[in-house]
Amino acid sequence: MTDDLGYLRESASQTAGPFVHIGLAPGAAGFDIYQRELGQDIAGPNAAGERIRVEGLVIDGTGSPVKDVMLEVWQANAAGHYAHPEGGGTVEEGFRGWGRVITDFDTGAWAFDTIKPGPIGEGHAPHLHLWIVARGINIGLNTRMYFSDDSVAHATDPVLNLIEWESRRPTLIATRSKGQGPAVYRFDIRLQGEGETVFFDI
Amino acid sequence: MSTGYYQRRRDIHPPALTPDYKTSVARSPRLAPLSLDHGAGEVTGPVFTAADVDPGDNDLLTNYAREGQSPIGERILLHGRVLDENARPVPRTLIEIWQANASGRYRHRKDMYLGALDPNFGGCGRMLTDDSGYFAFRTVKPGAYPWRNRVNDWRPAHIHVSVFGAAFAQRLITQCYFEGDPLIPRCPIVATIPDAGAVDRLTARLDMNASVPLDMIAYRFDVVLRGRRQSIFEGQGA
Repeated sequence: MTDDLGYLRESASQTAGPFVHIGLAPGAAGFDIYQRELGQDIAGPNAAGERIRVEGLVIDGTGSPVKDVMLEVWQANAAGHYAHPEGGGTVEEGFRGWGRVITDFDTGAWAFDTIKPGPIGEGHAPHLHLWIVARGINIGLNTRMYFSDDSVAHATDPVLNLIEWESRRPTLIATRSKGQGPAVYRFDIRLQGEGETVFFDI
Repeated sequence: MSTGYYQRRRDIHPPALTPDYKTSVARSPRLAPLSLDHGAGEVTGPVFTAADVDPGDNDLLTNYAREGQSPIGERILLHGRVLDENARPVPRTLIEIWQANASGRYRHRKDMYLGALDPNFGGCGRMLTDDSGYFAFRTVKPGAYPWRNRVNDWRPAHIHVSVFGAAFAQRLITQCYFEGDPLIPRCPIVATIPDAGAVDRLTARLDMNASVPLDMIAYRFDVVLRGRRQSIFEGQGA
């Protein structure tokens, strides 16, 4: 299976399908099988930084919410470190920076709790990485979520500035609401059509 | 600057829009994705340890079965290695699988198919690969099932496979098919893959040498994740 230089080829992606929850979040599928369901707690109890909630919808090309989508979140901690050997530094005990987000099957609404990450370096704006899979999505979609209260940093962020069409940059910026209690950010992801979210080929 | 992973070969992956797989039509971005050099967030990814999984999680013959019972169906061993494009093993990475039971029915509140649920079969498993990238699951061979696409479309027997690798850039979900299944060339989801060789590499091979006599038959399935560029000369200027 190697080519003439000895390289293998990556396995082709296939859709996660409508029943992705069975494998990756069986509690949402409606049954209890594992001692620990993975990806339920992104930040853990000891993480520094502002506790936030992110909520939104994934919206298809007809304007309808996608009710069977699954998202994975990957983020740095408040110091800008990822929980990984190449993550730039240490993280708090229990901070994984990764989570799985399941929708309400009736409405498509999703939400997750975490901490607001710090910038990973000078000139970078804080952001989350999101990976989106669902029935009808043939290969997971990568995008990023930035925070509306970081507009000064957005002006210098190298990735936002790669987006040639300035009108598309706001598709990556979650809106902070001004209610009581922990901060809530709203982030709707549009798969197609007007206001289509910027996706990345990483 | 971190050393990135090889560019994804779009000629072996399905494009977003594949009209014969009808659900993709309204769920596929129309604009081109923005290509991104890999930074810290792409070359890192979640790290899993033995504490995240239990030793029996990879045995679908027992992980949901009642004491002393087992699921109905052809008992199989699905095994292989997770490698990267440099042909190196990917050790201690999380691999998760899910599948329908032998009658083609998923244990999911949204699956309304006529096929019967099996009280002894959950349909999911997970494990970490070992130091050589090896994994093995005991399960039953899933049944084919009909799905709403064209009026008479049937999925070939398949097991969904999710793998992490060492970086978010390597994240992959795919499906494993079984050698000799006549539904493979008829499936609109399989046909989203533009390359016949890539479909062939998603097709598990009957592996008689790994089969356990009088117990179960084995299928071999290797997963290949993206390879990483070598760091020699990286960042030393052009």
